[in-house]
Order: sequence, then C-alpha cells, then structure tokens
Amino acid sequence: MFLIPFTHHRPVSLDEVFETLAKHGDDAAVYAGGTELLLALKARVLRYEHLIDLKRVKELSGIRIEGEELVIGALATHHQIANNDLVQAHVPAYAALSEEIANIRVRAAGTLAGNLAFAEPHSDPPSLLSAMDATLILVSSGGKRGVPMREFILSDFTTAREENELIAEIRIPVTAAGEGFAYRKFGHLERPAVGASAGCVMRGGKPSYRLWFGAIGDRPLHAKEIEDAIAGVPAASLPEALPKVARDFASGISTASDLHGSADYKQHLASVLIQRALAAACEAAQSRGAANA
Amino acid sequence: MLDPTNIRFVLNGAETELTVDAAELLVDILRGPCKLKGTKRSCDVEVCGACTVLVDGLPVSSCTTLAVDVEGKKVTTIEGLSENGKLSKVQQAFVDHAAMQCGFCTSGMVLATTALLEQKPHASEAEIRHFLRGNICRCTGYVKILEAVKSLV
Repeated sequence: MFLIPFTHHRPVSLDEVFETLAKHGDDAAVYAGGTELLLALKARVLRYEHLIDLKRVKELSGIRIEGEELVIGALATHHQIANNDLVQAHVPAYAALSEEIANIRVRAAGTLAGNLAFAEPHSDPPSLLSAMDATLILVSSGGKRGVPMREFILSDFTTAREENELIAEIRIPVTAAGEGFAYRKFGHLERPAVGASAGCVMRGGKPSYRLWFGAIGDRPLHAKEIEDAIAGVPAASLPEALPKVARDFASGISTASDLHGSADYKQHLASVLIQRALAAACEAAQSRGAANA
Repeated sequence: MLDPTNIRFVLNGAETELTVDAAELLVDILRGPCKLKGTKRSCDVEVCGACTVLVDGLPVSSCTTLAVDVEGKKVTTIEGLSENGKLSKVQQAFVDHAAMQCGFCTSGMVLATTALLEQKPHASEAEIRHFLRGNICRCTGYVKILEAVKSLV
C-alpha cells in the first residue's frame, strides 16, 4: 500500500520540533522508527499533512544512569535497549522483555517511546514498566513534567500526552538487591494476546509483590487484589497461596473475544502467566540479593 | 522540507543519489528506480520478512521504512551479498542445503541470517530460531533453512 503524500520535516533540535508542531497543530505527527505510524498511515487509519522525523534531535538520544534511575532516551530502539550493558545490568527484566518484542526488524527500527505514545493495547512494555514504577518525562515548549507509567495510558490509543508534548525519556528505577521482576506473555499472532508482569520486592526480610497485566484490556491492569491477598507470603509458599487468587482475579477480568482468543481463553492465560511471571520474579530477586550481598 | 527531496545513501557498496517523494517507501525505490527486484513485498505490515533489507547492518522491513529515512545510511539488499560473482557464505549454505522451495522468502531469510551471524557468529539453535522468528516461509521449509544456518555457526 502506498502512502498519501505528506511534507516531511527533519528538525535537529527540540525547539525546532516545537516550532513545527505549533505551526501545523494536529495536521502534524512526530515519529522516529515509524513502525506503528507508517502502518496506520498505510491502512488509512490516520492521515497527517506533516510528518516530523525526530531521529536527529540529539536531546532525545542516549541511555544512561542518573542516581537510582535508568534513563532511556526517546530515540532508543528496542534492539539498542535489549543489548545495552546498562539496561542488562540495572533493569535486566526490561532488557529481556525488549529482546522479545515483535521481530528483529521491528526492534531494529521501533523505539520504546514510540511504542508507549501509540498505546496500542497489544504491546509488551507497559505492564512491566508499570510494575517497575517507571516515569515518563514529557516535554513541550512550556517545560517538562513527569507522568507515572501507571497513569500514562488512559485507554486504547489514548494517553496523557498532550498534542504539543513529546516523550523525551523513560526513567526506570534501578532494580536493587533483593528485588526481581519478570514478564511472561503468550499469543499466536505477532503481538501478545496477554502479558503478565510481576515484581518481588524484599524489605527487611518481608516480601511484597507487584502484579500487572498487559494486552488483555485497553490499558495496563493492576492486579491489586492478588497483591493484597499474597502480601507478606514468603516466595516459597506462593505455589499454595497464589493459584486460587490468581484464577479468581483472572476470571473477573473484563476482556473481549477477538482474533487473539476468546475471553475465557485469555482469562486462563492471564492466570497461568501471572503465576509464571511471579515465580520468575522471585527467583530473580533471590539471585539478585545473593549477587549483591 | 519540500518534496521531492534528494537522498544520498550507500546501496550495496555504491554511493547512490536519488530524488524521491517523502511518502515513498524504501521497497518501492529499491524495486522501482534502483531496479533491484530481489527485495519482495508481501504482507506489507512488518510481519513476514520478505521485504527485509539491512540498514547499517540490521534487518528492517523495507515495506514500512520511508526512503528518506535511509539518508546517510548503508543499505544492503540480496543483490549486494555476492562478491565478484561469488555467492556469500550464507547464500552458498542455502544452496548447499536446498533451503528454499518457492524462493519468495529467501532474500529476507538470507539477509536476516547475514545480520545474525554478524552479531553472533556462533549463534545457538535457540538464538537462530529467535532471530529468524520474524521471517516466514509459507512453503514451511524451515528445517532446511535451520540446517543451512546451523552449518555456518
């Protein structure tokens, strides 16, 4: 499918991006990898008169550590993130997730920021970034603000980002000693039918857990009832404590039957995947505790 | 930036300058003005891998890449792998293992394999399967393809 003609802009600074955005308003869209936007343009789902390529805006590039946070610039591709030493060392679960996104061509071109901004529900990163309590830094000509990942996606294809704002960076708290995270997913198609993210956080010998689902609804879903039910339960006792609450919670998730599977199949996946994710997160927390002891 | 625009890039080792429209896709300029028909268009949604080309050594879907976005980059298509009429190691391994049936996916398979071996010369079977997961062979000739790639690591 061919694309409907547009004017292409190639700014080299954020100021220039904001100028172009201000001039063209909602006739303009920003992009970097284009892996989601170009598909939507080809399918005629979206149409823009102006496309603004962000790839030469240096302020948006780089992956670095600042204090207790890993900072991923908006231009970092999934492939760069997956293979970055800092990401692998400081947020290993996210590096592993990155390596499993779509296929190598999408990972080579697509960026994490683009993925989040697009907010396609069948996406891998949001649930794990929610469990890890990541923050998105949004910039506009008026300044910048931080939005927790947990609040960023409002519904399918809708986020807290204003039209004149860009995602500048994603800040993920470094996984500390005694903490572990994991992501598990399943699907028959390119995108996950259901994703499950889990965190195990040991504080003073007492574990607490963070559990989030992705792809099954129109935004990341916090499994707070499961978290509350297993709070303080030692990891070794989870195989007894978790299955029933996981099943009960999953069977109550509101989801539709679609190409990815029937609603009850996806609820079943959610129950199985959250148990696997939490087991992996607990194992990661134990080995991270040992490594840093 | 006004259309049409000039792009300069290295195509299969040769400095190339082309005038393209901003909305033109890489696959169309390769198969059109560049007359390189080895790059195939198939699913058009980045799933099948038939349109795979390497941009700065990494596989991308040329069906979903703007031509203007290869400005300043190195693009390798299946036509750029052989040297002086001699097949590349990957191409030769695919021939030796009869790792193709209809051949439509082969350009993408060979290019993806080339990129994999560049990154991981001793890739394990699991790594090969993971990397090639996004290249679909609708003849389902995966076993031969896997054998060809495994012969190279």
